[in-house]
Amino acid sequence: MTLGHTLSRVTLIATESLTKTYGGRVTALSDLTVSVEPGIIGLVGANGAGKSTLIKILLGLLPPTSGRVHVLGLDPTVDPMGVRARVGYMPEHDSLPPDLSAAELVTHLGRMSGLPKTTARERASEALRHVGLYEERYRQVGGYSTGMKQRVKLAQALVHDPDLLLLDEPTNGLDPAGRDAMLALVQRIGTEFGISVVVCSHLLGEVERICDHLIAIDGGKLLRSDNVSAMTTSTDVLVVEVSEGSEELEQRLLEMRLPVTRDGHALLVPLEDDLTYDRILTAVADLDLPLHRLDQRRHRVAELFADREAAHV
Amino acid sequence: MSSPAGVIHDIGYQRYEGERLGRGDVFLALYAASLRTAFGLGRSFKAKIFPWIIVGVVAIVGIVIMAIRAQTGEVVIKYAELPEVLGTLMVLFVAIAAPELVSRDLHSGVLPLYFSRPLRPADYALAKLSALVTAIVLVWGGAQVLVFIGAAFSVKGFGNVMNELADAGLGVVYTALYAVVFGSIAILVASLLKRRAVAAAAIVGSFLITGPIVAMFYILPSETAHQLAQLFNPASLVGGVGDWLFEPSSSNEELGIGPFGPLYALVALGLIALCVTLLIARYRKVSKS
Repeated sequence: MTLGHTLSRVTLIATESLTKTYGGRVTALSDLTVSVEPGIIGLVGANGAGKSTLIKILLGLLPPTSGRVHVLGLDPTVDPMGVRARVGYMPEHDSLPPDLSAAELVTHLGRMSGLPKTTARERASEALRHVGLYEERYRQVGGYSTGMKQRVKLAQALVHDPDLLLLDEPTNGLDPAGRDAMLALVQRIGTEFGISVVVCSHLLGEVERICDHLIAIDGGKLLRSDNVSAMTTSTDVLVVEVSEGSEELEQRLLEMRLPVTRDGHALLVPLEDDLTYDRILTAVADLDLPLHRLDQRRHRVAELFADREAAHV
Repeated sequence: MSSPAGVIHDIGYQRYEGERLGRGDVFLALYAASLRTAFGLGRSFKAKIFPWIIVGVVAIVGIVIMAIRAQTGEVVIKYAELPEVLGTLMVLFVAIAAPELVSRDLHSGVLPLYFSRPLRPADYALAKLSALVTAIVLVWGGAQVLVFIGAAFSVKGFGNVMNELADAGLGVVYTALYAVVFGSIAILVASLLKRRAVAAAAIVGSFLITGPIVAMFYILPSETAHQLAQLFNPASLVGGVGDWLFEPSSSNEELGIGPFGPLYALVALGLIALCVTLLIARYRKVSKS
């Protein structure tokens, strides 16, 4: 009896005691057991936590050392071509030839997924339109901005109409506005397009906003896998980011009796009432700091992971 | 139910329920795209310069031989000699085309986009190799066809034209042997190097570096050593196979291959098999990284 039969038909990805070691020494994944349903899944972990290894195993590019894995009801170790026909993959690193136009590249890759010539061209145009690159699609990719390149990478993952998208750090190298736009796009794909998405990120705060389910791994081990709705929001926080002078602002907010905490470059302030916004804006204006970002974030999910992750750091 | 003119309807995302092609069609699509790449078609003007200079030179040589043959009936170069005479150009051609076909994909990092699709690494490698071999056969075989056209006008009688056709056909087959040997070496070398310029130099180097070994064997005071000398360079190796096939009773015994014709053929086939095996192993490894 295979793993796929024991689980319900709607299971998107299921792993059982999945382990991957390189040369018997380096352990990339260790005894990972997860099961997720279709939707938007966040795969969170620090760099080197094993996210990319997991994706390569899901695609059937790497064989696991031990354990079992199913994607869309198929076993990628047995039928990698069947899995790859139904999955779209967006790699983390730069992967676009600079001297082709986006339209040519996405059309070509569509044909590599088995689309007939005319269909590949039509779907490439459509995919590029959906990611917001319609006018520019005949320009050479080499002249594109980082944000546009990320969109081309997303379009090539969509062109053959997959049932599952695997996105490895889709917000890499983007500015805050670009990150928000990319995440909104991913959310749209997961909800309106009806395609399940796995989003890898080392930033929990980023993906938790758009995900139905979160998987956190660290050092190849599972920290937690749960539905976001199960980690219900209790209070909201405001995320404040300034290009410079974070310390000054933190000091000023503390003086104003706001219980501010740091999260990387960002400052987190619990949202008590609408006045909190005004008080932060006043502080930023007083100090004459360049405000990068001020928005609302669910609070508790981050906390749930923070305690566990802190133990491993 | 007609909608007012000038209104754009966003029909949203469309799922695709239509046909999906199989392994063979995907291979052909990659092969056809790669064959275009070998000649710089669909690319910038810069990518077209070098391949088309070589195509031009080979075509001119073919036209000159054709004209001489048609005007005077004189056989300046036999069909089978043509790829040998233009061998240096063939080395240059593979040194330009092979990096364009494979090093470029390594450099841009596009391979993960290929290998996350239902495309086998071996199919990728073989499509690229087949495209390069086809490109060589098109150019050098094309020159042989030109010579045949000249000959067809100069010889009298249908029987003689048929004889010419048989000779020309064998010549093209021989060109194909050159193409497979040169192509598989060049693609293998290029698949190991990301930078196109470095790969081009390495390919030319891999053909040049074995030249002195051949020369060394010729210095040895042994006829057998002389007869085996040509085994050690890809170009002279194929030349040796040609001598065996087309000049069984060569008058020039001193530089000949003696009784080792079958050995030359065997080594040539072994070299092709080795290169193709290593090439496929290389891409199996690349697909996992």
